Amino acid sequence: MTDAPLMTIRDLGVTFASRSRQFVAISGVSFDLEAGTVLGLVGESGSGKSMTALAILGLVPPQGAVTGSIRLDGIEVVGADKSTLRSVRGGVAAMIFQNPGAALNPYFTIGGQLTEIVMRHRRVGRAAARAILVGAFGDTRLADPELALERYPHQFSGGQLQRIVIATALACNPKLLIADEPTTALDVTVQAQIVDTLRELARSRGLGILFITHDLGLVGALCDRVAVMYAGRIVETGRVQDFLEGPQHPYSERLLAAVPRFGGPGRLATIPGQVPDASVARKGCAFQPRCQYAMPVCATQSPPVLRSANGAVVACHFPRNGASAGADRTGGTS
Amino acid sequence: MTALLTVEGLTKVYATPRGDLTALDDVSFSVDRGEAVAIVGESGCGKSTLALSIVRLVAATRGRISFDGLPASQFQHVSPRRLALLVGMVFQNPYASLNPRMRVLDSISEPLRIIARRPRNVAREQAAALLGSVGFGPETFHRFPHELSGGQRQRVAIARALALNPGLLVLDEPTAALDVSVQAQVLNLLADMRATHNLSYLLISHNLATVEHVADRVIVMYLGTIVESGPVEQVFARPRHPYTRALLEAVPRPRMGAQHGLARLPGEPTSAIDRPPGCPFAPRCAYRTGTCDSVPPVLTAGADGRQLACHHPLNKAFEP
Repeated sequence: MTDAPLMTIRDLGVTFASRSRQFVAISGVSFDLEAGTVLGLVGESGSGKSMTALAILGLVPPQGAVTGSIRLDGIEVVGADKSTLRSVRGGVAAMIFQNPGAALNPYFTIGGQLTEIVMRHRRVGRAAARAILVGAFGDTRLADPELALERYPHQFSGGQLQRIVIATALACNPKLLIADEPTTALDVTVQAQIVDTLRELARSRGLGILFITHDLGLVGALCDRVAVMYAGRIVETGRVQDFLEGPQHPYSERLLAAVPRFGGPGRLATIPGQVPDASVARKGCAFQPRCQYAMPVCATQSPPVLRSANGAVVACHFPRNGASAGADRTGGTS
Repeated sequence: MTALLTVEGLTKVYATPRGDLTALDDVSFSVDRGEAVAIVGESGCGKSTLALSIVRLVAATRGRISFDGLPASQFQHVSPRRLALLVGMVFQNPYASLNPRMRVLDSISEPLRIIARRPRNVAREQAAALLGSVGFGPETFHRFPHELSGGQRQRVAIARALALNPGLLVLDEPTAALDVSVQAQVLNLLADMRATHNLSYLLISHNLATVEHVADRVIVMYLGTIVESGPVEQVFARPRHPYTRALLEAVPRPRMGAQHGLARLPGEPTSAIDRPPGCPFAPRCAYRTGTCDSVPPVLTAGADGRQLACHHPLNKAFEP
């Protein structure tokens, strides 16, 4: 694409400090998201995926210090004032969560609690807001969209509620949808329907989707690009196909090998050791203690950020597939 | 092999304000000694009700369960203490299934003391050995659950389920709450424990790739009934029930590519309160005919160890 990406994140860091310790939630996070594409943000619990999402919406808890830059549709989010953030949230970027039931108030009908959100963001009257919601419900393939407004959350299944939440997010016409594990609580057949709906929305509306997940199967089935996080840093970004066929970072390689797959080996590969403690300052590569290819330099020096021929970016001293130390170094992280 | 667990005609009806909800409708199957059987299906298909009725956390409406030579008439009256010695259970959420106020070692030695009536020091020794066998060093024995990661907690839960040396472990979605690398550790542990303890597993799961890893035989359920069963490799390679095939098609696979549509199965399961008079899957089935709407298909065993309940079985290989 010729014009600027929908979202550009550069050197994003979030640090929480107490009197005695410093907790680095994320640091040096850089990636772009183009309109109309789906970027999978992958990593284990505690790797910083959700903190990255919160930073995009300016929702990092006040004790956290945010550094770096997030440019979203021309707006700088880091350090933005309250009124700018209010227009970003819901208007430019919307977020959906794992448990749609928890996002809705059980005491109010769907129409009763969602109409005002649309009235406020779209600056329309009640009747127009209801019409927008009904249209959005139809776009997410919810059955009987008109009736849905009069019903309560408990009268819907998990898959239907997730459609309602996605529709509400889209009713405010955002350019970016952040989806934090939106299908984890759903059955596999319903997950398949939601995944198809999200992909259709990205294509038809030019919506950019940041899809947070730890399911690499879903990354393959839905995403165009992938960013892998480990211990608060992005270790690899690239096109999904390249990533699946030739992961660059040793962590990505181990992660892919750990996925149980049909007709796969009887014994699954595991990653020995544990994710490091984010409150302990470290030198060198965070994955080094668990890495089978680690050399002495990995323990002392931060890994360089390398670019491979196919455009994958990897932060590693010894990348696995192609990206070599001779390739050009890119900025962003140090 | 001999059957360890035999379930015959198990039925569970919940009375609700909107009418009777049939969670399980005349379910029969068996698990052989040393065999791992998986039960798969969507939410509401009855798989958890089935698991819970075996450990008697749910009282079945009808049906017979016999276990390890105990006829159903005796097994149903077995004391809770004795039941705990026969069947172990691992739950989905290791954050909720461990007592937050008990240290890891105590969580495991408690059943040994109270149910197996071991002296305190013997119970602690056995608990320590069990924790060692699931990969814990002595430094973790005195930790509390909140000091452990999700994968570690699930390993503690597995060690605790094994403490009383049961013949059967009921595993209700044991890795659903875990990260992929940790899930791999737990699945490998389950395979090791089964080999060393000559255990049988009844695995409840909706993750078909996990099922393929753990189980020998798979039972596919829909709306409280078994629609297909058989050896895992055969059922997954040549599913005969349209529902089994739809489940397999819906699994996202890393190498499938984003151009590929995932969903082939429209809608969601019918409510178990208004069950269709014919085949329960008919309203969503692409092969539905008039017969399917009126005549419930009967689960029939073939010569190849497979069972099927369908009027229009498929006969082609499944290639993802």
